[in-house]
Amino acid sequence: MKPAAFDYAIPDTLDAALALKAQHGDDAKFLAGGQSLIPAMNFRLALASLLVDVNGLAELNYIRRTDDGELRLGALTRHRQLERDPLVKQYAPLMHEAMPHVAHPQIRNRGTIGGSLAHADPAAELPVLTVALRARFKAQSVRGERWIACDDFFHTLFTTDLASDEMLTEVALPSLPSRTGTAFVEFSRRRGDYALMGVAAVVTVGENGACQQARLVYLNAGEGPVNARKAAGVLQGQTPSPKLIDEAASVAADSEIEPMGSVHASPAYQRHLAKVLTRRALKQAFERAHT
Amino acid sequence: MSELHTVKLKVNGQTYERQVEPRLLLSDFLRHELGLSGTHVGCEHGVCGACTILYDGVAARSCLMFAVQANGHTLATVEGLAPSESELHPLQQAFHEAHGLQCGFCTPGFLMTLVPFLKENHNPSEAEIREAISGNLCRCTGYQHIVDAVKLAAEKMK
Repeated sequence: MKPAAFDYAIPDTLDAALALKAQHGDDAKFLAGGQSLIPAMNFRLALASLLVDVNGLAELNYIRRTDDGELRLGALTRHRQLERDPLVKQYAPLMHEAMPHVAHPQIRNRGTIGGSLAHADPAAELPVLTVALRARFKAQSVRGERWIACDDFFHTLFTTDLASDEMLTEVALPSLPSRTGTAFVEFSRRRGDYALMGVAAVVTVGENGACQQARLVYLNAGEGPVNARKAAGVLQGQTPSPKLIDEAASVAADSEIEPMGSVHASPAYQRHLAKVLTRRALKQAFERAHT
Repeated sequence: MSELHTVKLKVNGQTYERQVEPRLLLSDFLRHELGLSGTHVGCEHGVCGACTILYDGVAARSCLMFAVQANGHTLATVEGLAPSESELHPLQQAFHEAHGLQCGFCTPGFLMTLVPFLKENHNPSEAEIREAISGNLCRCTGYQHIVDAVKLAAEKMK
């Protein structure tokens, strides 16, 4: 229950942090909030010969909106800030709704958006939210910077597109089209536990009320955030009704998600949950799209 | 053994300076280096909340931080709550009066979680209280008396 020995550095510039990572590669890990990394190190599931503490890089902690309506979230922004920020509430209501489900208040005080996304736990909320909201990810290294689309960022369990010398430094969320409604629901055994199943729904309706576009993204339903494209296709172009919602929920739950099961929930139970939660999320998202 | 780092920090208003190995958890530093054993260690993976302290005024798990990170920061632990030897903090007094503890192992974590909560919420609802303490486990009370104690404390602190 105690971590193995490592060296520690706390660079005061981003350039210095990136130089250290370039020099040490996979032997070094960035330490941001530490709320996943430190327990993994305590259990000796994660090892590093060098921790590069980025908590001194205040320039990576911000929430701002660009002229073209994008929300820009600095990688060191804490979960608690996302939960309480008025810009996030107004322009990314899905994130505002989901953040209270991320662990406990004390964890949200420390945990960062960049850390959670780079950790890429398939049971975590933020990866699902960023896929549902079509986020872009800025990766920086001594070689320069590049933007990664959300569909390319998450590879598999705890694995992202980030190279060993790169740091995720910013997340960009595009503005939502008008008449778009979002909803996030999850089911966990206790408040703050990892959810057994969860879904983010984003729907856009036309002036005639028909669904123009839909996205359903699931957590704890596979090796990464699971974007149920077939279920979204069921909704597209159709007028929302309880029957249509049932059909989309069944397609996602029966044929798209791949829940792995655990001691607390069999895959069959997780699929059942997915169906129920999808109905609730879609109903709410369509209601919100109309108002 | 890796290189030692100097940590200079303030805990409960007092300045301390120590040499630490980077892997030393902040919880162990407080208990073993500074002798502040009021901060308890339960699970060491961020679930039980017994080790909750205030880090720059914000509730955080001291088992999910390294002591070396606290260099230059300001901490508060349960030892700093009571204004004097003979007087309890109103929140401690409320826990006492409402039977908010039995064995007391989890209590420091509850108190340090609730101090900033009550600063922000002068009149919290039961649902808000239960959300605030969702990250603290108590195996004795069944939480009901803890919720009562928080309500009583909010009254006292008005």
